[in-house]
Amino acid sequence: MRDRLHELGEQACRRMAEAASLEELNEIRVRFLGKKGELTQILRGMGRLSAEERPRVGQVANEIRAVIEKELAVRTAALKKLAREEKLRGEGIDVTLPGTPVRRGGRHPLNVVLEEIQDIFLGLGYSIAEGPEIETDYYNFEALNLPKDHPARDMQDTFFISGEILLRTQTSPVQVRTMEKTAPALPVKIIAPGKVYRRDDDATHSPMFNQVEGLAVDRRITFCDLKGTLAHFAREMFGGKTKTRFRPSYFPFTEPSAEVDVSCVICGGSGCRVCSHTGWLEILGAGMVHPRVLEVSGYNAEDVTGFAFGMGIERIAMLKYGIDDMRLLFENDLRFLRQF
Amino acid sequence: MKVSYKWLQEFVDIDISPQELADRLTLAGITVEGVKETGAGVSKVITGRIDSIDRHPNADKLVVASVDVGAEKLQIITAATNVSAGDVIPVAVEGAKLASGLVIKRARLRGVESRGMMCSGQELGIDPKTMSAEQASGIMILPPGTPIGRDAREILGLDDYILELDLTPNRGDCLSIIGVAREAAALLGKSFRLPQPACAELAENIAGQVKVDIQDPDLCRRFVGRLIKNVRAGSSPLWMQQRLRAAGMRPINNIVDVTNYVMLELGQPMHAFDYNLLHDGHIIVRRVREGEKIITLDGVARDLTPGMLAITDPSGPVAVAGVMGGQATEVTGKTDTILLESAFFNPVSIRRTSKALGLRSEASLRFEKGIDIGGCARAADRAAQLIVEMGSGEAVAGRVDQAPETITERVVQFRPSRASYVLGVDIPRETACDILTGLQFKVQQAGEELLVTVPTHRVDVGLEVDLIEEVARMYGYNLAPETLPIGGATSGMKTKEQAAVTRVRSQLAASGLFEVMTYSFVHPRVFDLMNLPADSAFRNTLNLQNPLSEEYAVMRTMLLPCLLGVLVRNYNRRVQNGAIFEIGRVFKSRGLDTQPEEKTVLAAAAMGCAPGSWNKAPAAYDYYYLKGVLEDLFSALRTAPVTFRPEPADPSFHPGRAAAIEADGVRLGILGELHPDLLENYELPVKVTAFALDFNQLLALSGRPAAFIPLPKYPGIERDLAILVKKDIPAASIFAAIREAGGKLLSDVSLFDIYFGEQVPDGLQSMAFSLKFQASDRTLTDAEAVERTGAVARALADKFGAELRS
Ligand SMILES: [Zn+2]
Repeated sequence: MRDRLHELGEQACRRMAEAASLEELNEIRVRFLGKKGELTQILRGMGRLSAEERPRVGQVANEIRAVIEKELAVRTAALKKLAREEKLRGEGIDVTLPGTPVRRGGRHPLNVVLEEIQDIFLGLGYSIAEGPEIETDYYNFEALNLPKDHPARDMQDTFFISGEILLRTQTSPVQVRTMEKTAPALPVKIIAPGKVYRRDDDATHSPMFNQVEGLAVDRRITFCDLKGTLAHFAREMFGGKTKTRFRPSYFPFTEPSAEVDVSCVICGGSGCRVCSHTGWLEILGAGMVHPRVLEVSGYNAEDVTGFAFGMGIERIAMLKYGIDDMRLLFENDLRFLRQF
Repeated sequence: MKVSYKWLQEFVDIDISPQELADRLTLAGITVEGVKETGAGVSKVITGRIDSIDRHPNADKLVVASVDVGAEKLQIITAATNVSAGDVIPVAVEGAKLASGLVIKRARLRGVESRGMMCSGQELGIDPKTMSAEQASGIMILPPGTPIGRDAREILGLDDYILELDLTPNRGDCLSIIGVAREAAALLGKSFRLPQPACAELAENIAGQVKVDIQDPDLCRRFVGRLIKNVRAGSSPLWMQQRLRAAGMRPINNIVDVTNYVMLELGQPMHAFDYNLLHDGHIIVRRVREGEKIITLDGVARDLTPGMLAITDPSGPVAVAGVMGGQATEVTGKTDTILLESAFFNPVSIRRTSKALGLRSEASLRFEKGIDIGGCARAADRAAQLIVEMGSGEAVAGRVDQAPETITERVVQFRPSRASYVLGVDIPRETACDILTGLQFKVQQAGEELLVTVPTHRVDVGLEVDLIEEVARMYGYNLAPETLPIGGATSGMKTKEQAAVTRVRSQLAASGLFEVMTYSFVHPRVFDLMNLPADSAFRNTLNLQNPLSEEYAVMRTMLLPCLLGVLVRNYNRRVQNGAIFEIGRVFKSRGLDTQPEEKTVLAAAAMGCAPGSWNKAPAAYDYYYLKGVLEDLFSALRTAPVTFRPEPADPSFHPGRAAAIEADGVRLGILGELHPDLLENYELPVKVTAFALDFNQLLALSGRPAAFIPLPKYPGIERDLAILVKKDIPAASIFAAIREAGGKLLSDVSLFDIYFGEQVPDGLQSMAFSLKFQASDRTLTDAEAVERTGAVARALADKFGAELRS
């Protein structure tokens, strides 16, 4: 009987090794281990054995059963794996097909740049101030040390609504409005972005464009602070290696005044077409707030100083993206807008 | 202002190259835009005299000239018609190069040898605008006594460099050679030679021959006159002509050229009157009287208006002061005696007058910026000197010099401590003193301070801070270190509105819309295009007095026309699908002399569809698309519950496809398909859906705090409910009825299908809802869910006659 058991075990293992599918394996299991299976049949016949043989044969039978079950588990796992692999082989997709489109729009490039500028100054503790786009002569000119008939008014060809009401030509009126509201409290640290208007229309001028004005007023704010602030801005905006250069200039509402150049973002300063081979790009006007402007805004100019600066967002966006015609920014061609 | 490098050298010794000088000036605030070499590229052009001109044997239009160039005689063939024997002309000899790059070679023209070319001014690089028409069209003929065989560039003064300045409006003093020379001297630490003109004078004196009355001293602070007799009209010498040309001016005749030359050199505009045509030699400087007229030098009869300043004689105006002279007293070939005027006029008055007359001249430009009141006499003397030296006339001794007030120089205090307070860098007192002295300020030490006397030509300097700027710019802005402000800390924060703008912009971009930026001014016609009635409030616009064109003539009161303009432009460029938005201001008039109300509006417009893909059908940019965008936006902004109420009455929108957007009883704006009439007006052959919202209302209604609701502990039950209902019942009413009937247990309801057509009777539609029931304290039983669903169905039947669909 023992021999039969061993033979049965070997037979079962052989069959299992040959089995090619899980179904076959199941048939084998039923045949050998099932209720009517061969091993079960043999064990049922144990009653005919002697009392001393019975436990020994029983032990052998259990061993054989264990062997078969173990082999069954191994083979089942192996065949399952094969079947899964077979299935996956048929499920391939073309991973190079385009993905399901997510219909994203986009921000206007000028606002992308504006938000970048805002973030830099927010990080320096500046808040954002706003003012009307339709201004009075007083705030746009007079309070900024530009009395009527001042020749510097020619620098800005103005759109008028009436004699006293005009489209602001600069964001600088926000300086005065902010100081008036704040004075005599200190410090004032704002930037004022917004639309401004001048009677110009060509590839480098638009009758409406965007400026960001900056203003810091406190005791002992110096020209060196202006230099440091704008140098920091230029590095943040155009990259850590950007250099700045200050050239004396003239604005009625600042003194000393400066034009600020940054090292060319295209050629890095070695000279190219964009920078007219000078290595520098003019991007900012700046200066120390003129004492008269401080006085009309409610500060004692002997005690309090400040700096102000202004830049055109179009110019920066054009440099950043290599746009050569300002009008593109206001045409809003979707093929243009999609690029930002 | 164009400045000759050689001319500068007359007043200061410059030992650096023109380009280096340009860089130094630029970094000191006198911006040099470019440096140009005169006669650039021209070589081997020499002066020659035409000995003879003979007919060309084989050509009618050519002549054969024999030209003496000193060392030899050259046979030159030319087609020029303005030359004759005896003329001295520039000759490009073999191997010569011209301004255009042309190289001259020996040639045979119709069988006759030609060994060079006679040159026109343009071929030598002279701007034709600075030549008379006759000069510009032919060979350049030089004055008779011009030596021959010499380098024509040298003879013509074409061996110079021209610095092109882009001056700031405060530096009128640098609209002169001496002004720039002063700057150069200060920058280079060289001495500046102020001209002290003097000349031989006749025995007779001007006294008794010229009388000047200044009746309006507020407009004319000084008037200097000089008398020149025995004037010989002619042309000015070549060197003077070339300097005028280099500055962009056209030589006219010896007298006019001298006045222009002095203006360029000293910055003092001058005028010459024919003395014999002035009544009694009597000049009266006064405001114009009602009805006075003048014919100006350009031949135009002009009505003058009271308030303008005129130079008059007892018979009336003879010149518009500082702007243009009169024809009646013009210097002509017959003039024997001239009166030279060198005056100071009020800048504002000149500016107003030249603007009113539309006459902007080199003279008015300088007067407007303020000229050197201390330099009037010097300029008059310089003009007399030049005329005498050129042999163009003889100077009567003395001058008239009327100055109602004494001319004084301002004294301004300069505190080195103040300079360091403003600049943040300590510039030693001695350095400041040297800088100011170098700039021709007179400096006196007073303890720690400096008392600085401002020369009369520096009209821009009047305050201590002006001096601080002078010191800083000469010290060098770039030497000052970079620091950051110390002092009170501030927190950089956006206001709620600013943060919302950023938020909304990003949200809409993520929803598939592109942000646009359009002009704030529109064509007044857009309100008609928008279908607005005549009494629409949107037509209450602010109009520009001086628009660029009708296209941009009025300030916008709404954004939609701007967005439509963008869609039209894109459509016409065959970009026919797209969704756009803008956050921008609109302007509501409160009358002409007040600032308008400026409101921020958020608007969007969409046409066509979002492009599909191989696995996704194109999605129409329709009403429901933009509604979805808005609902998502409202949810992101956590606004109060928003409703969309049918709005059939807005003339810009489709009466059956538009909704008023409301929340908390406040109207936020409108959403809908645009009216087909309007699309026809805009010639847009596609449907457009749009919305416009009051941004500040939106903001006011948003930002409701998030409140946590505990997650359900027990399972809920979902049941579907399909009904047949009349199509014209708004979905919002059905939803409301379902929620009401569903009671507390109904936690969510959604519409997952709408169907009409086959198998659904006309006028009805099938709507399928998914209802979700949930209790917070127990597991709901099926029976309860069935009972609630039944209640909902009954309510819908009662209210709307809805039939249950199995
Ligand atoms: Zn470059």
